[in-house]
Formats: sequence, C-alpha cells, structure tokens
Amino acid sequence: MNHTSDQSGRLPAAFLRPGSSSFTDFVREYSPQLLPAGRALPAGALPGGGPGNGEAPHATTIVALVFADGVVMAGDRRATAGPMIAQRDIKKVFQTDEHSCAGIAGVAGLAVEMIRLFQVELEHFEKLEGTLMSFEGKANRLSTMIRGNLGMAMQGLAVVPLFAGYDLDAGRGRIVGYDVTGGRSEERDHHTVGSGSIFARGALKKLYRPGMDEAETVRVAVEALWDAADDDSATGGPDLLRKIWPVVAVVTAAGFRQVPDAELEPVVEAVVAGRRGNPGGNPGITTTGGEA
Amino acid sequence: MSVPFYVSPEQLMKDKADYARKGIARGRAVVVVAFAGGIVFASENPSRALHKISEIYDRVAFAAVGKYNEFENLRVAGVRYADVRGYSYDRSDVTARGLANAYAQTLGAIFTTESKPYEVEIVVAEVGTRPEADQIYRLTYDGSVADEHGYVAMGGSAEQIAAKLGERWHAGLSLAEALQLAVEALGSDAAAEAAGQGPRPIAADQLEVAVLDRARERRTFRRLTGPTLAGLLAPQG
Repeated sequence: MNHTSDQSGRLPAAFLRPGSSSFTDFVREYSPQLLPAGRALPAGALPGGGPGNGEAPHATTIVALVFADGVVMAGDRRATAGPMIAQRDIKKVFQTDEHSCAGIAGVAGLAVEMIRLFQVELEHFEKLEGTLMSFEGKANRLSTMIRGNLGMAMQGLAVVPLFAGYDLDAGRGRIVGYDVTGGRSEERDHHTVGSGSIFARGALKKLYRPGMDEAETVRVAVEALWDAADDDSATGGPDLLRKIWPVVAVVTAAGFRQVPDAELEPVVEAVVAGRRGNPGGNPGITTTGGEA
Repeated sequence: MSVPFYVSPEQLMKDKADYARKGIARGRAVVVVAFAGGIVFASENPSRALHKISEIYDRVAFAAVGKYNEFENLRVAGVRYADVRGYSYDRSDVTARGLANAYAQTLGAIFTTESKPYEVEIVVAEVGTRPEADQIYRLTYDGSVADEHGYVAMGGSAEQIAAKLGERWHAGLSLAEALQLAVEALGSDAAAEAAGQGPRPIAADQLEVAVLDRARERRTFRRLTGPTLAGLLAPQG
C-alpha cells in the first residue's frame, strides 16, 4: 500500500490537488482498498466451524429517545455469534462528532468499521471546511455508507445503524433510523434497532413522555433495554456480577457526554430493584429513582 | 536561436530565497507559545473565515504565514495525510514529526524544482502529555526544519516579535499569561516601533487565537473567541 508518501517522502500529488471535502471520496480515488466498499466481494457465505458455527459476531439492541434538552442513546453490551455470547462488554454506541452519536446493530466487525469511517468523514469535513456539517448532511452521509455495504448485506452481513444528535440549527434533539438499503427516516420521539428492538419499543411506548428531563430519559432507556434483554437472548441485561452497564450517551447543545459508570450504577440498580418480584416493571416508575 | 543566459545555481537559489522571504515578510505575524497546559497560537487576523491557524489532528495543529492559497494547499494536504494515516493505522500514529518531514520534503522539492518557490512559513505543533513532550517544528519556504522550544514568531517583523517573546517567555506560564505575552509581542512590530510608543494594542476581535489543550481528551484543538478570549486578555486583578 502506498498511502503515506511516495519514495521521496514528499506528500503525494493527490494530497495537494484541490478536491472534495469528503474523506471517503478522497480515499476512494487515492487508496480504495482502505474503504470497506473497495474490497472485492467473494461469493458464498462465511466459512463455518468454531464456536457459534463460525458466524460473525452480531451486536443487538439500541434505543434512542428525544428529551427536553436533546437526545439520549443507549445500547446493551452483548455480542452474539449464533447461540454463543461472543463478547460481554462490546460497545455499540459511539460518539461521531461533538453533537452526534450512532449506535449499531448487525455484524459487529463491519458496523464498527463503518462508524470509524463515518467519524473520520465528519471530522475531515469539519477541518477542511472550517465549519460543522449540518445534521441533515451527517444523516445523508451515513445513508451513503449503508448503501455502500449493500453487497455485503445481500450475503447476510447487514449493518443497520441508528443516528441521533443535537441539531444546532433546529435547536433540538433528532433521531434518524435506517433500513438496510440506506433508506432513512426521521423518528419523532424514540426509536430502536436490533434483535431486541420490538421489546424495547413496546417498553418505550409505555414509558416515554414528551419533555422528560435527562435523568428520567436515561432511566427509561435502561428500562427499555431491560425489557429487550428479558425476552431476546441476543440482548444482554446489565451484568451485576461483572458490573458491566449499558453504554448511555447524552447529546445536548453543550455536546456529547457518555454517562459515566459511577452515575449509571445507581440507575441500573434502581431498575433492577423495581423489577424484583415484578419482572414486567411498573409503567409509573419514571419520575423518581433515576437521579444519581 | 538565442543562447539562454547562464545563471549560477548559487545565484538562482539566492534569488528564489530572497523572493520568498520578501513575500513572507509582507504579511502579519503568527506567534506560537508553549504554556503549562498546552500550546497557544495567536495572530492578528480580522477574518473569521480565512484562518491562519488550523486543526490537523487530535494533538497536532498548523499555523502559517505567507501566501494564502499556498499554505491552504499545504494545510489541506496535511489534514488528508493525517486522516488517511490515522484511519489506516491508529489515531496515535499521527505525529507532528511525520507531518513536518512530509512538509519539509514537499517544500524542498518545490523550492528546487519549480521556478517560483512557495512564499510560506509554517509551524506544525504537537501537544504532549507533559510539557517536556511538546513539539514545535518550524518549516521555511525551502524545506528546512527547525525544532523550536517554547515559542516561535514568523511573518512580518518576526525578529522583533521573537526578541520580545525571548525576553519574557519561561516554562510553566499559564494560558492567560502566555496569551497576553503573545498579544503584546504581536503588537511590538515594525509599525509600533515606527510610532515609537511601545507595543500597539490589538483588540480581541482582531485576533485569531487557538489552543492545543493538553487536558482535553481526543481532539485537543480549540479556537478561543468572544467572551472567553476577552476574559483571558483582560489584565488579572
């Protein structure tokens, strides 16, 4: 690969040429093998063998909720390979820039790579243009990347992210969902993706109220993940033994913040306590007990 | 057929260097000052859109004087270099030293092979985890590199400004002290000397200021504007 410099150590001519502010567009011309879509696609399915029949690890449930000051996104920590648990502490919710985050469902390896490329894409634009990309711009870039993965998706390696952030122009939190072809749709109050999403969505329908504050919203997100884990084997509940909590991100006008474990622990414990002897939970729970 | 004039290589290089130096000296200066919490960059630049100071990567920033289209070209190349490298290896593999080397080769090649050299001078700086690990590289139009410690001034009246910085700079300055020193030094240029009354004041809205903040996670580059900047420039009581 010749992607740092030519033999003289000089910056390659492609670097000095005027062109696009998109990192993906630049790399596609300069060094296409670096891009996920730049690789030739072998025919057939993944080779079998090994734990979980060699299936690639899948990541599962993500929830996102709009609240008064912005948006909250939370993801469980389990990755599965077939019937096996591939990883107990995988991270599925990522900061993508100062005012946005993305969660991933689907094949973990490809999804993490897609998000890594998306992060560079946003940052590259921001540095070259000296200005932030619009929320719509970001959502569209992610669409394009999902579409670029369609060939892989046809072979069973689908990636479906969930995008959320604070729209500085509109002054509110926004959530964008995608389908496997890159089709995007804006979701009003909350949205879920992944194998446990139908259960999480049911929970959100009952617990969500417009205009909740941050602590309540975080609590509702954790409750919804609990319900997903309760019924979906591929979604992990909070791991009290190992102290592995969901990854919860909050994006407001002030920027991205991942809720630290110390703050999340009492929330998770309150949720667990509320379910003791009452596994379905109580729809009226959300106003108290969420604050750390 | 006419016989081309003979010009000695020595004369040719000297002429190119003089030409580049003159171009650089025409513009306003940029200063780079290390302080306890990172590295601060300042320039007198009323434009909000055409920057002389920019982010390259997590811990690396770029400052330039001279011809805008030429240093902008280098800046874009630097961002591409850093992003391609960081994406294909790891974010920690992007260093100021690597970028400074690539710039040095590029500027050197342009200076020797092209009839018109780039009229630019640039600084590539990287903030370390400790002040001793900070790196400041200054590159000139011909591709020479200098590894600087503490402070750099470049552009118009660079010598006077650097002299001022040299008198007062010491390790362990606070951000406000470093910034006040930088602005005072920027005001101690030829114009101030001609007027003969000490450094001329520069208002906050005439300044472009950015900092590589050691304490930040991941992306350490921040522009300082508006009330934050005015607060730092106000004399401490």
